[in-house]
Amino acid sequence: MTDKHIAAYKEEAYELLADLESSLMELEESPDDTELIGRVFRAMHTIKGSGAMFGFDDIAAFTHEVETAFDKVRNGTVRVTSGLIDVTLRARDRIRSMLDASETGEGADKAEADEIIAALRKLVASGDVSPEAETLPVPKNVKKKPTEARGPVTYRIRFRPDREIFSTGTNPLPLLQELREMGDCRVIAHTDAVPMLEEIDPEGCYTCWDIILTTDKGTNAVRDVFIFIEDSCSLNIDEIDKKELSNEEAHKRLGDILIERGDLSEQDLRKALGKQRRIGELLVEEGVVDERQIESALAEQKHVKEAREKRQGAEASQTIRVPSDRLDALVNLVGELVTVQARLSQTSASSSDAGLLSIAEEVERLTGELRDNTMSLRMLPIGTTFSKFRRLVRDLSAELGREVEMTTDGAETELDKTVIEKLNDPLVHLIRNSIDHGIEPPDVREAADKPRKGTIHLSAEHSGANVLISIRDDGAGLDAGEIRAKAVERGLIAPDAELHEKEIFSLILAPGFSTAKKVTSVSGRGVGMDVVKKAIDSLRGTIDISSTRGAGTTMTLRLPLTLAIIEGLLVEIGTEFFIFPLSAVEECVELTAAESAVSSGGHLAHVRGQIVPYIRLREQFSIGGSRPPIEQIVIVGLDGQKIGFVVDNVVGEHQTVIKTLGKVYQDIEGISGATILGDGTVALILDIPKLFVAVERQATV
Amino acid sequence: MGKIIMAVDDSASVRQLVSFTLKGAGYEVVEAVDGREALEKLKGAAVNMVITDLNMPNLDGIGLIRETRANAAHKFTPIIMLTTESQESKKAEGKTAGATGWIVKPFKPEQLIAVVKKVLG
Repeated sequence: MTDKHIAAYKEEAYELLADLESSLMELEESPDDTELIGRVFRAMHTIKGSGAMFGFDDIAAFTHEVETAFDKVRNGTVRVTSGLIDVTLRARDRIRSMLDASETGEGADKAEADEIIAALRKLVASGDVSPEAETLPVPKNVKKKPTEARGPVTYRIRFRPDREIFSTGTNPLPLLQELREMGDCRVIAHTDAVPMLEEIDPEGCYTCWDIILTTDKGTNAVRDVFIFIEDSCSLNIDEIDKKELSNEEAHKRLGDILIERGDLSEQDLRKALGKQRRIGELLVEEGVVDERQIESALAEQKHVKEAREKRQGAEASQTIRVPSDRLDALVNLVGELVTVQARLSQTSASSSDAGLLSIAEEVERLTGELRDNTMSLRMLPIGTTFSKFRRLVRDLSAELGREVEMTTDGAETELDKTVIEKLNDPLVHLIRNSIDHGIEPPDVREAADKPRKGTIHLSAEHSGANVLISIRDDGAGLDAGEIRAKAVERGLIAPDAELHEKEIFSLILAPGFSTAKKVTSVSGRGVGMDVVKKAIDSLRGTIDISSTRGAGTTMTLRLPLTLAIIEGLLVEIGTEFFIFPLSAVEECVELTAAESAVSSGGHLAHVRGQIVPYIRLREQFSIGGSRPPIEQIVIVGLDGQKIGFVVDNVVGEHQTVIKTLGKVYQDIEGISGATILGDGTVALILDIPKLFVAVERQATV
Repeated sequence: MGKIIMAVDDSASVRQLVSFTLKGAGYEVVEAVDGREALEKLKGAAVNMVITDLNMPNLDGIGLIRETRANAAHKFTPIIMLTTESQESKKAEGKTAGATGWIVKPFKPEQLIAVVKKVLG
């Protein structure tokens, strides 16, 4: 509250008091003039109302008494008498002196005020039987603070607005939003009451909501959300999952919840349970509840479970710190176990011992679970890395004269610890690039009708066995023409090369490329993007660049969840085995000798009308022996291109535990590692991006 | 562009306070001294919400709410009444006339913002 506002209030109050005086004089002359009474009342009303807001509580309290008296006059219960006018005038003078006192700082005479109030009360009491209920303008806060301090409580809120709810200008959605802001919240909308189009009243509300909310704000706060529409909706707020019960009581069953809500009777439940199928499906089939109700109840069940887990997690920290080398050792052991298990499966499959077969299957299942669990031990949320970048963005934007805000999404996405560690540098570089090359300086942005502040959005999400991490900025975007010109200048592409936009963009990943006109301390030297590419390659990941001129750039990194074990496709060439990472494989087709003879020399296969170039791995790796009459082409996709690799035979899917090759073999082109098969033989893991390059080189020669 | 809120009160200081608070929260504010002026200004302007006092000369708050609701363009516009009267009757009268909610004077700036957020989103 500034002095300016207080001064404005005082000025207004003095004016009102002057007006009040003359109105009272006139009122004495014509005591039945309702217009005059109204004026007096409004003057009092404003002095009181604003007084309290601007900190003149004593004035507000005092004026309230006078206002109360005049309210009765206005309603006709008390008549205007010269005695009343007398006291009111004294009250008016009193208010004035209180205003003056606030200026000089002198304490006003409390006794006089009490005397005036007493006189007023006496005057109006004659016409009023009921005692004055309120003596003070009690501020009724819109938002009540919870009085009792307690932990989070879960509420089930059933909110059924009346059909006419919109007619008072109420929009239920901000209310739901308000609930969401109060804590962990799930909202389930029931739309089954929405009629057919021809019967619908577009101004009516047909939707109702079930909301499960865990909050520590207390029941009153939850109720206050609906304060304006208490009378125009049906609202049930029940406390579920009381804290004191939570530890002993098991999770509520779906049926119990439905019964508690009154959606289902116990008899119906028992009847349904007798058939012993998934209760949700069954109940819907029976028609006793509909799918939305089931969904809502399931959401509640899940919510309560999570809330409990969270609470328990908070109560007792259930984590153990383990040195990461112990974890690595465990992962290695699991890797060995997977290998042995593969051997066991192979051996048992070739024997006719049914007992052994069932044991082998059991071991296979357990090994799979053990593997997944062990891998999950090494998983860390990427959020810690994200939060490190906040500082980076802040410092860099200050250094480069940009205004940048960083937002993140999916910070809880988990990735293998080693992947996260190796991801740090490339991400730093990409963010630097976004700030330096992407986001324009504030005045340039303003001229382009964009907000001064640029945004960098970091997000992570799971996509199958991969994690997608994207860095999106709303900066200038990439200039395909400039990149192309630069690439030609640097001799990276031929001047007449025909390239897609995506291919042009990916040129910035090439070594020795930089389009920044100015070299700064963070970027522009043409080292960096190729380093990023290398780092991502070493993680067996890919980079995808999309950009819209003027609107921004998005770099998407696709990374494998873990580096230790991959799903592979086992193939055979002669007596050698190789593994393709399954994520890269698109399909396998046959290549007959006749076909290969037709396109001989061209090395092109026709796959459903598409021409796919291929190479023979047999030739690539100089494997001796003769080709079988029918070979297989494994078609692999990378960066939107397809290339086929010809092998003798496709064995099948294989859980591949990756072993790094020794120092001597580390630089072999086209091989990224090795694995041990069930029978003890070694299979080499193919490095698809490297092979791609090799194939392209051959194709152009 | 910020949402536009109309503040209707015959007290300049209340208007000023409401206006100051709302502008601080990023809303645009149109002021009117009484119901009549408010209706006049509502005709042309794209107002997203109305905050009105109840006791005003010429046309009081209840009257303003009724007239505003009768206008098809503002049939669903949130209207909040400012009231010092804690009597339920006045609130009920306002609700019947079509008010969305109320704020009891005196109020703190953050209460005003909370209510605006509640009805305007």
